[in-house]
Amino acid sequence: MNNLLILGGGTAGAMMANKLRKALDRKDWKITIVDKDKTHYYQPGFLFIPFGIYKEQDVIKPKAKFFPTGVEVIFANTEKINADGNSVTLEGGRILSYDYLIIATGTEIRPDQTPGMKDKLWYKNIFDFYTLEGALALEQVLKTWQGGKLVVAITDLPIKCPVAPLEFVFLAEAFFTKKSMRNKVDITFVTPLSGAFTKPIATQMLSKLLTTKNIKVVTDFYIERIDNEKKKLISYDEKEIAFDLLAIVPLNMGDKVIARSGLGDDMNYVPTDKYTLQSKAHNNIFVIGDATDLPTSKAGSVAHFAGDILFENILNTIKGNSLIASFDGHANCFIETGYGKGTLIDFNYDTEPLPGAYPVPIIGPFMLLKNNRLNHYGKLIFKWIYWYFLPTGRKLPVKSEMTMSGKRKPK
Amino acid sequence: MAEKIMAGVTVQVNDEGYLEDPSQWTKEIAMEIANDLNIALTDKHFEVLDFLRAKYKAGTTLTIRMVGNSGIVDIKELYKLFPAGPLKFSSKIAGIPKPTSCV
Repeated sequence: MNNLLILGGGTAGAMMANKLRKALDRKDWKITIVDKDKTHYYQPGFLFIPFGIYKEQDVIKPKAKFFPTGVEVIFANTEKINADGNSVTLEGGRILSYDYLIIATGTEIRPDQTPGMKDKLWYKNIFDFYTLEGALALEQVLKTWQGGKLVVAITDLPIKCPVAPLEFVFLAEAFFTKKSMRNKVDITFVTPLSGAFTKPIATQMLSKLLTTKNIKVVTDFYIERIDNEKKKLISYDEKEIAFDLLAIVPLNMGDKVIARSGLGDDMNYVPTDKYTLQSKAHNNIFVIGDATDLPTSKAGSVAHFAGDILFENILNTIKGNSLIASFDGHANCFIETGYGKGTLIDFNYDTEPLPGAYPVPIIGPFMLLKNNRLNHYGKLIFKWIYWYFLPTGRKLPVKSEMTMSGKRKPK
Repeated sequence: MAEKIMAGVTVQVNDEGYLEDPSQWTKEIAMEIANDLNIALTDKHFEVLDFLRAKYKAGTTLTIRMVGNSGIVDIKELYKLFPAGPLKFSSKIAGIPKPTSCV
């Protein structure tokens, strides 16, 4: 009997369990999945909670619902991956050995890494919106907030869903306008990058939107600490930004088990071959989703597209073939811009987000880098698409590889 | 791509003045780029530059935090060495491409 072990049963891990259980003979292959948390969160939905658009029940389902039959599921903390001994030690001492290991342990926010972040003002004036807890706490405050300086800040890159902070300011702007108090709220978007977004053409489009909506942007601001007494963000080069309400994206890091196992870089991400998805250090370890150090977005769409490639390469390696399936870094995100509108970006390692139509050239129905109503419906419908297609490993009717058809490069 | 004479040698640079070929880099070229940015290079600067070049060569995505964890300087010192562009300017002087943050 061969053992295939999957660490992490979120979007990527559940998806791989579903794909592989169908492909691998049950007589020869045991598949085990380990996760520390029984709840599956629809994380793109967290963003809507502070503004009362989604409720808690919109974003949670039991993880067990997404695991196929014929897979052993263990809910437990993992103590350590012993990569040289091909085994994993669970909390309590149980040891699981494996022939192949898939690491899908994701990324988490680490407010403890910035002095003054998880301090007196935490969940009073400072909130994250990357956890259900943070999003719900923020919803309560926004219900009665009288206005002032709202600052939305990114601590460092990479972060999960890099467009979420921008969506947050767009939705906040619309929220306060609807409450007839936009004139009482000063909105500032703070980023360590040199522009509103990482890639030039999308940055241009998004910057224009930010200006139209009277949202201030502070770039090249690298947060060192937060002064709780003065309610100020302080950067490493001693610039200051005052806030009354701070929606912060804390430093993102890979799971602590990666660090304990000596398998990560200094952000606890696993060095991974960006094309084959094999661990750079161990031939029988593969990595998928937010746990990797791949130079692309940390997002469910990336895990989905990478899943097809990883599936092929695991079968390749089992058969003794070379790892010929190659991931292109494909990512695809709807961006909410408020007032029932949205935009869409589609890109990979080599091609930045470009205008055009998706998934069908000219017809779309979605329009890349255009701000319209249909893209917003795409985002809303995506919740249903997500629950049905992503953790279950079903095939979406779009290509895994990014395609240039339907895209055009602006002059 | 454009050609430029730096420290007496012809090198290829991009629109923003970053070297196209990191192997063309010399300490003299570093000093000339630094000079244009009003930075006078010290031994500490060169330790950071060597670190960045080694990490780049290994295919690692460079971040400010990584340099801060290098044991050579902390992030505050890095800002003091390369004001206003701790990673952008240090990479330029190190003769490696401008670090692009991944989406």
